Amino acid sequence: MSSHDSNKISQLHRKLHHHLPSDPALRVKALESILVEKGLVDLATVDRYIEAYESKIGPQNGAIVVARAWVNPDYKRRLLEDGAAAISELGFGGQEGTQIVVLENTVKVHNLVVCTLCSCYPWPVLGLPPVWYKSAPYRSRAVIDPRGVLKDFGLILGDDVEIRVWDSTAETRYLVLPERPADTEGLSEDELAVLVTRDSMIGTDKLSA
Amino acid sequence: MNSIHDMGGMQGFGPVEPEQNEPVFHQTWEARLFGLLQSYSGPEYANQENWRYTIECMPPELYLSTSYYEHWYYGDAVPLVDSGMVTFDELRTGHVKNSLPRRDDAMRPEDVWPAIRKGGDGIRELEQSPRFSVGDLVRTNNLHPHGHTRLPRYARGKAGTIKALRGANVSPESNAHGLGENPEHVFNVEFLARELWGTQAASKDKVYLDLWESYLEPR
Repeated sequence: MSSHDSNKISQLHRKLHHHLPSDPALRVKALESILVEKGLVDLATVDRYIEAYESKIGPQNGAIVVARAWVNPDYKRRLLEDGAAAISELGFGGQEGTQIVVLENTVKVHNLVVCTLCSCYPWPVLGLPPVWYKSAPYRSRAVIDPRGVLKDFGLILGDDVEIRVWDSTAETRYLVLPERPADTEGLSEDELAVLVTRDSMIGTDKLSA
Repeated sequence: MNSIHDMGGMQGFGPVEPEQNEPVFHQTWEARLFGLLQSYSGPEYANQENWRYTIECMPPELYLSTSYYEHWYYGDAVPLVDSGMVTFDELRTGHVKNSLPRRDDAMRPEDVWPAIRKGGDGIRELEQSPRFSVGDLVRTNNLHPHGHTRLPRYARGKAGTIKALRGANVSPESNAHGLGENPEHVFNVEFLARELWGTQAASKDKVYLDLWESYLEPR
């Protein structure tokens, strides 16, 4: 039996919140023990997932994509046409990013990505989102006060710049292609990738060499 | 439902506070929970949309006073208890009490990377033609469902323009509540910031949302 009644679900939340151990570490340990004992979970699988998202999948992937787009106009064109397809050329894709749209920042247009309802984020290229991206201040203000949010990151944009805020409400995930910093003509693709920050690919940072 | 998770446009939460050199997980239990929730399947009805709905049903004061990964815990614990897969006492003690037969179909470690690369999402093929084309002028419906929806409050009853077609996605309203996937076409809709927020917004600024066909009417 299951319920889709919000009042009943809400009451279950209260019961769990008030009557389970208050330390989340104890609750998670208990959940893990139960799922293992019931044969629902293999702990080696859990370890493999943690390893994947702690060390293999993160903004270093997105930085490789951005650097490639900066040095290779054909790649950039493909990336802007079909983000997920071009990203998969570099070996990235899948969970929380089977459909990715890439947004190009220019002198006149600045893109900013948010998920006001929760935390949608392009995992294959940026990994798991930082705490601030999932926080109430960012989720509430990015859509109504993007210029104020950017100021919180030390970024002040002129009135001549058009800000486009992308609220990730459906299956599509968004990656910002930041502007290439000035005076980087002599750098290799690998050296360029080092300059690319996570925040510049969300839209809360502009890059300098 | 019109609850606390629907935060777009709210005021009073203060500044955004980025953390320098932030780790992927701040606590070991966050990593364990993340890995656990990727590694097993709960009751059949607890799909992605239902999981989101469960978290959205958190009483607002609990939602605001607990962390992101605590929300994840509830997103799984509530349907586990509600469906009877796990009892409240089992969650409390960490010891299995019931006599359901032990399962032997747990996800194996070698299946992790194939699953990551495949992705599990709500993108579907749909034979019927989309109702709108790029450039069409639309208005969002003024909907306030009691159940799950992906139409934020700040974008209801607003005038926008279709900028792109995003293919078809399963219906959040339907799939969250055990009523089937019923996929619909999804459209990227552009709104002038001033349409949403009035003259306090910069005249050039715009906000884009991906919206299901049933959220939209022509104007």
